[in-house]
Amino acid sequence: MNEILGFSTLDLSRFQFATTSIFHYFFVPFTVGFALIIAVLQTLAYRSRDPKLENLTRFFGHLFFINFAVGVVTGIVQEFQFGMNWQGFSNFVGNIFGIPLALEVLMAFFLESTFLGLWWFGKDRIPAWASLASIWIVAAGTTISAFWIIIANAWMQHPVGFELKDGRAVMTDAWAIVTNPKGLEWFAHIWAGSLTVAAFFVLAVSADHLRRRANVEAFRVSFRVALITALIGSGGVILAGHEQGQSAVRDQPMKYAAFSALWDTPEGNQMPESLVALPSNGARENRFELSVPYVGSFLAFNNFTEKAKGINDLQKEYEAKYGPGNYTPWVWPVYWSFRAMVGLGFLMLLVTLVYVWRWRQGKLDDPGRLYPLLLAMPLAPHLANFSGWIATEMGRQPWIVQGLLRTGDAVSQLNPMWVLLSLAAFWVVYLTLIGLDVFLLTRTARAGMHEPDVETPSVPAPDYVPEGARA
Amino acid sequence: MTDLPTLWFILTAAIFAIYFFLDGFDFGVGALQPFLARSEAERRAMIRTVGPFWAANEVWVILAAGVIFAAFPHWYGTLMTALYPEFTLILLALIGRGVAFEYRAEINHRRWRTFWDVTSFVTNLLPAFLWGAIMANMVRGLPIDASGRFDGSLLYSVNTFSVLGGLATLSLFVLHGATYLLLRLDDDDVLHGRARRAALIWGAVASALVLAFVYQGFIRTGLFGTFGLQEWLFPLAAAVNLGLIWLALTLGRDALAFAATGLTIVFSTATIFGSLYPNVLPSTLGDAYNLTVQNTASEPYTLRLLTWVGAAFLPLIIGYQAWNFYVFRQRIRAHDEKIPGGHD
Repeated sequence: MNEILGFSTLDLSRFQFATTSIFHYFFVPFTVGFALIIAVLQTLAYRSRDPKLENLTRFFGHLFFINFAVGVVTGIVQEFQFGMNWQGFSNFVGNIFGIPLALEVLMAFFLESTFLGLWWFGKDRIPAWASLASIWIVAAGTTISAFWIIIANAWMQHPVGFELKDGRAVMTDAWAIVTNPKGLEWFAHIWAGSLTVAAFFVLAVSADHLRRRANVEAFRVSFRVALITALIGSGGVILAGHEQGQSAVRDQPMKYAAFSALWDTPEGNQMPESLVALPSNGARENRFELSVPYVGSFLAFNNFTEKAKGINDLQKEYEAKYGPGNYTPWVWPVYWSFRAMVGLGFLMLLVTLVYVWRWRQGKLDDPGRLYPLLLAMPLAPHLANFSGWIATEMGRQPWIVQGLLRTGDAVSQLNPMWVLLSLAAFWVVYLTLIGLDVFLLTRTARAGMHEPDVETPSVPAPDYVPEGARA
Repeated sequence: MTDLPTLWFILTAAIFAIYFFLDGFDFGVGALQPFLARSEAERRAMIRTVGPFWAANEVWVILAAGVIFAAFPHWYGTLMTALYPEFTLILLALIGRGVAFEYRAEINHRRWRTFWDVTSFVTNLLPAFLWGAIMANMVRGLPIDASGRFDGSLLYSVNTFSVLGGLATLSLFVLHGATYLLLRLDDDDVLHGRARRAALIWGAVASALVLAFVYQGFIRTGLFGTFGLQEWLFPLAAAVNLGLIWLALTLGRDALAFAATGLTIVFSTATIFGSLYPNVLPSTLGDAYNLTVQNTASEPYTLRLLTWVGAAFLPLIIGYQAWNFYVFRQRIRAHDEKIPGGHD
């Protein structure tokens, strides 16, 4: 009953949660950032009444739509699995966690689904200003949605505004939960990260068209809008990430120590940061390590004299506080995914700066030798997101709610067979979806602005014929 | 009203009723498509009747789940764990359905479209059936132990009563989809005539299955035992409605027929939730273990907050969703569809 193929219900449920979240997260930040870029493009089109820009908006809208569909359907699974696989968690946090979730639906999902339909299908039925308002409402909806779900997640990492009653967390101060400092930092990080996902996609698509000299006048506009977005995004990610690291030292020291593979509290009066390490949970030390002095102190405290606690000391502290048990996360995936995220973040900033520099040189439309790099760049923010989630969610184990509820106590008592079956089914469906999404995005993006194959009634009714030409 | 748990139980029932009303016709249209549409133009016309609406309709179930999570966390965990296979299938179906809607038109190729048509048919059928099975299992009760956890085989929920419940909702949704098509398709269209015939047939099927379900519910679960003096009210209302549908169909009153099928769904949902009250999930292991509105509810502070939030946003949502329906109010003609040449 308790194991199948050597996996327990807990293992499988954790794998299922990771699967659902990570697949869902391929689509969500894209939606958040992309809606904003499209809203900006449509605003430019609206102000200039330039049919080329209107076409451009519709073109990117089509790509948005292809992606949005998958984001919505994978999101439903995300919500239901709290009840299905994590009954203990639902019972424990329902009083608190349910509210931001309900707010997300009430304030965001209805807005997005209704106004996206109006924007796309209703273009000829509502006035131009209402169409513009609709896409801004969609953009606001996606951002509000991200805000509430991050507030919910932040509560699990840093519980505030609650008291324990009959073995569950009960809300005492809603405002404290909404203004959870952790939540606000994370929201900034997540939102900036979303901008990079969309920005590098739009940059790639625009660069491809610029290189092929197709609709240059339109795509140079989207290229510039995306470049500014990429600058805000990659800069913002790094700044917010730095803030987050520093709050982790205070609130989730074990996670921070795992990020840095810092097994023992440093002996001197400063903390080095390892550049490369081979952490081993078995030996409780790094098998190999290359460190730079003082950098750790700067990253964690903005000075060169303070030091954070090491994993081994924290383990002892937690045992004293919470009773015997293993409080050490699995360090090497946390350490390496954290480094992958940071590295990719700096790569994004670097590429953005190179193009900002080219812009200043007036060489932006010139398809230089670097353009192929831009075609590969959309992968970078996705990989950074993926690594970031791995680092932050594995880094807080064994806690599902920091210091209050262990993951092992949160899981539903399910027959592992069913979890395995559903997991397999979700993998098949998700892999198919990713394949289809990438295939359709690539196909539609490369086809560019033209009369579409199909005058579609159900969805993409892409009408790229300029407003003026029709009259 | 100071009894916030009861208020939120009623609101949960109302949200489910709205969900079944709205997504019910989406499911019905999807299930009817292979039988009614004979050409690509007709298939497109049918999809277009729900095109701008289905996504927003589906959000009501996300809200229902969110509200149960926030207002009745204990119910949320137990129900979804106990009916794990059903919910998994519903989720997979909702994924397939949403993608089928969006991707079908992306590529103008016959095999591509056929693939999505088949996907759409199966994934509309499945949730329509499964929601009924889930509701039937909620009414019938599940083996819930003293710790409030489901203590039974995961196939416990597969039984004649739940299958009957599934078939009843499926037929009701198909009927609702048919009357929705009557309202949304141009009356001169040949498709409209076929939808009317489908409505008549499914009206008969749904009447029979719903009555069978009510009868089974009455003898097996004492479905209406908690209604007190009004125990006859909801089934009677449902029966009157089903009669009304037939009358409306024969008189050619499309709007009335749609309103009547919609009301049947609303009354059926009210019956289910009304018969549950004051429980949310009865235990078959003993009344002491029943999950009730009161013992699964969140604390007053959470419920008060939820009430404020709901009061602020629900009217707004209903408002702009109604406006959405108004914007796309024109009836659809299959012979207006532009079918491009291509790889057909």
